[in-house]
Amino acid sequence: MTLTAYLEGVGLLGPGLANWPTLRAIFSGAEPYRPAPTVLPAPALLPAAERRRSGAIVRLTLATGLEAVAAAGLDAASLPSVFSASGGDGENCHAICAALASDDRQDRQISPTRFHNSVHNTASGYWGIATGSMRPSSVLSAFDASFGAGLIEALTQTVVDDTRSVFLACDTAYPEPLNGVRPLPDAFGIALVFAPQHSARALARISVTLSDENADRLAEPALERLRLSIPAARGLPLLRAVALGGEHDVVLDYLDGTRLSVTVASC
Amino acid sequence: MNPLWISHFTVTSSIGCGLGATLAALRERRSGLVPCLFDTVDLDVFIGKVDGLDTVHLPEALTDFNCRNNRLAFLALNQDGFADAVRAATGKYGARRVGLFLGTSTSGIFETELAYRRRDPVSGALPPDFDYRSTHNPFAVAELARRYFGLSGPAAVASSACSSSAKVFASARRMLAAGLIDAALVGGVDSLCLTTLYGFNSLGLVSPRACRPFDLARDGISIGEAAAFALLERAPNELPADAVLLLGVGESSDAYHMSSPHPEGLGARIAMHDALKMAGLEPSAIDYINLHGTATQNNDAAEAKAVCAVFGADGVSQTPCSSTKGATGHTLGAAGSVEAVICALALQNGLLPAGLNTREIDPSLGVNYLLHNGERPVNTALSNSFGFGGTNCSLILARADRP
Repeated sequence: MTLTAYLEGVGLLGPGLANWPTLRAIFSGAEPYRPAPTVLPAPALLPAAERRRSGAIVRLTLATGLEAVAAAGLDAASLPSVFSASGGDGENCHAICAALASDDRQDRQISPTRFHNSVHNTASGYWGIATGSMRPSSVLSAFDASFGAGLIEALTQTVVDDTRSVFLACDTAYPEPLNGVRPLPDAFGIALVFAPQHSARALARISVTLSDENADRLAEPALERLRLSIPAARGLPLLRAVALGGEHDVVLDYLDGTRLSVTVASC
Repeated sequence: MNPLWISHFTVTSSIGCGLGATLAALRERRSGLVPCLFDTVDLDVFIGKVDGLDTVHLPEALTDFNCRNNRLAFLALNQDGFADAVRAATGKYGARRVGLFLGTSTSGIFETELAYRRRDPVSGALPPDFDYRSTHNPFAVAELARRYFGLSGPAAVASSACSSSAKVFASARRMLAAGLIDAALVGGVDSLCLTTLYGFNSLGLVSPRACRPFDLARDGISIGEAAAFALLERAPNELPADAVLLLGVGESSDAYHMSSPHPEGLGARIAMHDALKMAGLEPSAIDYINLHGTATQNNDAAEAKAVCAVFGADGVSQTPCSSTKGATGHTLGAAGSVEAVICALALQNGLLPAGLNTREIDPSLGVNYLLHNGERPVNTALSNSFGFGGTNCSLILARADRP
């Protein structure tokens, strides 16, 4: 069983990667990859109160999602969305667990904002507030398989419900001590806009099926380290195929014992 | 959509382990809510606690997953012959053709809360026996089920606060319709932890009594823990007489506020409307609504407006409805699946379950809220699940033999 949809826009943010054109130039060989800490832009679209309350994962998804939607020439309010992340807002989670470890009742009074930002769908909630989209939003986690889980969710939404959809894979780092048990070196996010039919906007046709093959590796060592160290970056081989143009078969990492075989054909 | 057969289901909550105990509690109008005696929590609130979770043992190969949330999931999976049904489906369709979509909001974070009390006094490190991946991470319960049943198909955890385990029905529907799978294990689990008890308390949303949904004097939620699971398959031509089908799913986002519902219930309205549209049913065809009904002032008011807009005329809805959270408490990420199973029990047993604890229905809400159980045929039911972040999901279930 193969799922097929059309990629219409890409958004990207990661260590040394300011946007999709930066990564495309690296994959096409025009520029070298120069790792540097991820720079998260302020979420200009959010009202001032929400902007102050927004954590790294909100800034990351707004930046990548809006880049992808703008590249596709679409209105974000019209799109259903799929968010997939291994964990939520790591800084916020740490602050809550630290406060709750106290024996003192006063110390345990975590702030209302901290609490409502603790849900895994925080980024989806702020995305709705920022873009005005009332369309369905799926919010997933599958640990290291989060990219693949979100990709299949977005593609089935696109194909079955016959709708464009934006998929946002994103991960941000935990502070210590959680970083010690779940090390994620930096923030990284990919956003992809899919359409059910071919149109003038289409960048590539994407066909996905479940597979037993081993996941593709990236030749550039620093990018391969990135792929292996952040769940959302498991999608990098797909983006490489898009950047190179033409038709490519790639295998993406997914669950233990189950991978995704993807055919990418430029339009 | 093509109707899906909910071929097997089970639920475990503070009102009972398994379908028999749950149905008996609903019939006897028994609430599971009790004054909070949980860990070191010093809040004057009520909780719905599942007894005996400390003595549930996971199989030897799955001991890495040992935490309250996973023990609750494991206990529930093994009620009502459900695990055997999953194994039979896996044998019938193949391990790769069975999808796994579970919902949770807080996963095993209680384990992390406990680990934070045992941090190394010098380095601040978490204790070496703490296993983040198998307890805290939202995917942990799906990984447990994947390993327990040997599944190798698509798998994900939906974690969108209190809509989580309603949304898994939507994911499963799409995967089945796409032909990627032939069956789906869906469900939800959430367990008591300090994050939600103190968190909702800080928002001023927890009642000092057992929660009273839709009451004039409602003053907040009571948090409960629960797990519920269902097996979805394409409906065959021949079905058992009391077979329950999933007819429609509606999803929406409020795009309004992180912790307050849209005041007019606009997102909720869209979710119910879209579920009816997918089911091909008029609002008048729904026999019972299992409300989200958390018992906070704003949530119940917004949901009532949405129900009246979809089901009512002149701001009043006659469709029988209730919130079963007065019995189970608000089981958060498990609520969508728990209440879908309660709807399935209502359909199979001809029971309209009354809301518990509510004395005086808020007359401004304009809904037909049930204070007494009804014993009569129930052919169709709609279940609402809404959550923080403005996430909404409505499910429509029906008897296959409805006229």
